[in-house]
Amino acid sequence: MKPIKTPQQAVEDIKDGASIMIGGFISCGRPMDVLEAVYQKGVKDLTIISNDTPKGEDGIVKLVLAGRVKKFIGSFIGMNRIMGEKMKSGELAIELVPQGTFVERIRAAGAGLGGVLTPTGLGTAIEKGKQVLEVDGRKFLLEKPLRADFAIVKANRADKYGNGFAAGSSKNFNVAMAMAADHVILEAEEIVEPGQMDPEKITYPSVFINALVKVAKPAKGVN
Amino acid sequence: MSEEESRLRIARRIAKELPDNAVVNLGIGIPTLVSSFLPEGKGILLHSENGYIGLGAPPPAGQEDPDLVNAGGQAATLVPGSSCFDSSMSFAIVRGKHLDYTILGALEVDEEGNLANYMIPGKFVPGIGGAMDLSVGAKNVVIAMEHVNKHGEPKIVPKCTLPLTAAKEVNLIVTDLAFIRITPKGLVLEEIAEDTTLEEVIKKTSAKLIVSEKLGRF
Repeated sequence: MKPIKTPQQAVEDIKDGASIMIGGFISCGRPMDVLEAVYQKGVKDLTIISNDTPKGEDGIVKLVLAGRVKKFIGSFIGMNRIMGEKMKSGELAIELVPQGTFVERIRAAGAGLGGVLTPTGLGTAIEKGKQVLEVDGRKFLLEKPLRADFAIVKANRADKYGNGFAAGSSKNFNVAMAMAADHVILEAEEIVEPGQMDPEKITYPSVFINALVKVAKPAKGVN
Repeated sequence: MSEEESRLRIARRIAKELPDNAVVNLGIGIPTLVSSFLPEGKGILLHSENGYIGLGAPPPAGQEDPDLVNAGGQAATLVPGSSCFDSSMSFAIVRGKHLDYTILGALEVDEEGNLANYMIPGKFVPGIGGAMDLSVGAKNVVIAMEHVNKHGEPKIVPKCTLPLTAAKEVNLIVTDLAFIRITPKGLVLEEIAEDTTLEEVIKKTSAKLIVSEKLGRF
């Protein structure tokens, strides 16, 4: 069984300088309660690894506005003007990665692989500084694994072992991230007893999860 | 013809090109309009790179599901026969040549099928998103765009000057003026819009065009 914590307890070990993966695609599948606790804790010099930043001033953008994020690694920042402004002013370093490469680098880290050989980015600026390898006559870029100290991920339902289910398009980056961090916090809308989830319908096997947090107020609608 | 009508014409022509049972990813802008012209009963399914095959129409107001959005983050629905998965699986589908078509916008396309659509040097770079993976991975890469940029300059050029999204991957370009297939011999102009002339198309294209012997209209 995994400890069920409040958002504040769950982020207790996150220190200045930590790297944190945050699941979600735009506003879908975002672990907002734990993210707010990271903000409340006041930690700084963070490296945030997340596909994108949604509109508005919540979540990751709230951390960025408070000057707590030194680097952001993701695939798209165009949804939010603040990210571009902070990058331009030099307050925030941004590493842009093609979306498929982004998730596969994370998955590689979680799967114990030494990297990914991908055709994505060949002949573009992404190739700069990277090894190009030829396998059976085809060229690939070597992309290295991407790990983090912490991952914060989201589920609709979890059991007390940490098995999680995420519906629809909310699985997104949460699944790979749950594999690729030293400490993984799963934020779930509902936490049930073992046996109450169908083992055939598990998005995250419990083995990846270190702590559970129950969402105070599940999201409604789409922002 | 209004700008909106010409955008719809591009979308309608691309929809006609899609074979039965194709799995298709639509980018933002003109590509999204293609969904309005997909014929019923042909089994065409839309892939949404944030994690499913089977994107349907937007839901009615009040029935938005926070766990189901399209690749632009707006509320979405699933059609019967859909499947949901995580981003790793989604891009395995893309890069692994399981996606039949990707329809994307472009800033420039050139004679070799090089594509530039994600950044203009010196301007804010919004990101790459799925564009590089989609253009490298899909079996067919179709560009849907205006024939010239907002300054009236050609977007179909001998060689891209902007940073590339993908090298030599584009198969087809459909604009408000022309339907152009990219072949090993070069750009083959197969059709022109019904309200243009061959002269206008050639004038507004700086790349070399091979005019098909059976030049059609759309």
